Amino acid sequence: MTRLFVNGMASISPQPENIFNTGLPETFNENILPALDQDYKSIIKPMTLRRMSQGVKMALFCSKRALLEAESDKPDAILVGTGQGCMQDTEKFMENMLVSEEGLLSPTSFIQSTHNTVAGQIALDLNCNGPNMTFTQNSVSFESALLDAMLQITDEDFNNILVGGVDETSKEITGFQKLDGQIKEEKINNLHLFRSKTTGTIISEAAAFFILGKHKTPKSYAEMLDVEIFNAIDISDLNSSVLSFLNRNGLTVSEIDAVILGKNGDLRFDLYYDKIQKGLFSDICQIGFKHLVGENNAVSSYAFWLASKILKEQTVPEIFKLNTINCTKPGFILIYNQYLGRNHGLTLLRSI
Amino acid sequence: MKGVAVTGMGIISSIGRNLDDTLFSLQNAKDGISKPEILITRHKNTPVGEIKMTNSDLSEILNLPPDNNYTRAALLAVFAINELLRKSNFIHFPEDTALISGTSIGGMDKTEEHYFDFQEKKEVRKYIQAQHPGFTTENVAAYFGLGGKVTTLSTACSSSANAIMMGARLIASGKLKRVIVGGSDCLTRFTLNGFHSLKILSQTKNRPFDDDRDGLNLGEAAGYLLLEADDCLNGKKIMGRICGYGNANDAYHQTASSENGEGAYRVIMAALKKADLSPSDISYVNAHGTGTNNNDLSESVALTRIFGDNVPPFSSTKGFTGHTLGAAGAIEAIFSLLSLQNDEIYPNLNFQNHMLETGLKPVQVLRKQKVDTVLSNSFGFGGNCTSLIFRKND
Repeated sequence: MTRLFVNGMASISPQPENIFNTGLPETFNENILPALDQDYKSIIKPMTLRRMSQGVKMALFCSKRALLEAESDKPDAILVGTGQGCMQDTEKFMENMLVSEEGLLSPTSFIQSTHNTVAGQIALDLNCNGPNMTFTQNSVSFESALLDAMLQITDEDFNNILVGGVDETSKEITGFQKLDGQIKEEKINNLHLFRSKTTGTIISEAAAFFILGKHKTPKSYAEMLDVEIFNAIDISDLNSSVLSFLNRNGLTVSEIDAVILGKNGDLRFDLYYDKIQKGLFSDICQIGFKHLVGENNAVSSYAFWLASKILKEQTVPEIFKLNTINCTKPGFILIYNQYLGRNHGLTLLRSI
Repeated sequence: MKGVAVTGMGIISSIGRNLDDTLFSLQNAKDGISKPEILITRHKNTPVGEIKMTNSDLSEILNLPPDNNYTRAALLAVFAINELLRKSNFIHFPEDTALISGTSIGGMDKTEEHYFDFQEKKEVRKYIQAQHPGFTTENVAAYFGLGGKVTTLSTACSSSANAIMMGARLIASGKLKRVIVGGSDCLTRFTLNGFHSLKILSQTKNRPFDDDRDGLNLGEAAGYLLLEADDCLNGKKIMGRICGYGNANDAYHQTASSENGEGAYRVIMAALKKADLSPSDISYVNAHGTGTNNNDLSESVALTRIFGDNVPPFSSTKGFTGHTLGAAGAIEAIFSLLSLQNDEIYPNLNFQNHMLETGLKPVQVLRKQKVDTVLSNSFGFGGNCTSLIFRKND
């Protein structure tokens, strides 16, 4: 089995990357959280930047920074997870088409509406002819890309794969999520997310991209050991699913140093997290992140960024902690995430 | 490589609602191109490959409650997988069966139908998430009680070819015993108008590889294969093996293919290498051949770059079904397997004159000949190119 090391990474979210060191969060009082603006033109040509939607911009920016950090010009493959894809262009073309009653339409937003626009644009920019995949399976979109990275690094004998998760918001379509109970009705401060006793969550836009390489470098953050996805898990079967995942990696619960949970303040579905917080992982350092960066279909890529950072820096910043248990020497970290009780992902990383 | 065994197939498209009807149409040059009747659109005279069943017809056949939230792509997928299941030895799929589905637009049909109603009508809000392709796959997974590995690939017109490739990798790596792979896409106003705005829709029946080709017809379909690991075959009939695959990016333009067919050239070479075959080992090429100026030229150039003066018999079956977008790779994988099983090559319909640039002529009438290996191409927006190679199981 080929090993996979996190050799470069970058993230854009509603929080600055240095929150890890400063512990100072951005706070929001709206339930749709924008990503912090970046100096995009520092590494993306202004001409091309103008045509890019938020998702493409965030993804390309993160990709280039991750490559720079890994000192690589071009990856062997590009694997992207995006649950909702290019919603801004979809919305634009959809509205023009509906309002004009199928009149004369400009193809630009149609071209950019396909789910693989992000991965395609990255390939164009990097002039990368390697495999180019886009996974779009709700909250396991990024995990699906990780799974494919594990397969391809061995099967194709690649050195470096660019893997990332990205989701953008758009005015109308994200707005619809208020109507079907995905977004909380009452406005809340993001830092109070876990105290809320209501349904729904806070939605955000974010991206995180990684260079996964088969060789360890002086800059490596962590090693990714395994990933698994489950379309549906009965809450009564959650423990056994987690245990068998650990077991196939030769681990027991007590060997896990910290668990990163995708808790999002939705009364209906946080039950899954509550169960393992109070049960299996009650004596283990528990970490949350959605009170800072919100929820979206690709946000487990932020959890992967956080795990990699913790494993490299060997510290768990207070602001992410869900309990008071210390983690002095992080070795193994498990990430568990799901959305609306479906599409559960488990990812395992370890320090190097 | 020895290849991953295909032990089941199921299909629905405008040329048939099961494998037998599909084969009959392919053998008898019966295309499924017609004017839209189920899809409500202003482009009433634009030919499409439409399945003449409404969503309620499909829901009823599938025993779904009238208030179900299935997208049309999900209904078609369930319909096709039902055939696969019916012809397998299983009553239900075993619990560890995975599902990897490809789709270009997922449930956009529901988004366009209800976009302006979500605000006012509570009863249609069950379709709010339908726009995201994973929703359609979840519908399918729920229908068959598949709770394990379930994911969706969305790489435009190569989506289901990529789903097949990933499934084959999962089996070959030993990570899985059994996986349903394929894809589903339905006709929508969104795509019809999108391709219309790109000015690549033909107003007649599409003519792949013809010098006078003037665009594609959109179609809808679902096709799925069952892939199983060798150690759980138990003497089951094997329809063929996936012995080569590759994906590459043209990295040339967001929608257009490069003039030298670089992406296509790379994937075909990659698939041959994976299969440990040389170009002369390929018996038949099921081409992507959409009927657009750009694709067919680019693909022809790639074929001549690889095969030189010895391009094997090839045809595009888009003249039968239209371009079924994310489902194309899967239904053409099934056509390729039918070709292997029956030792015959299905014709490239509506071809008259070869294109001047390459002089290539596709197979134009049903041809009986020994078929040991088939190369199937699928190319998509974003420069996404995939090739699969199927071979007989012997």
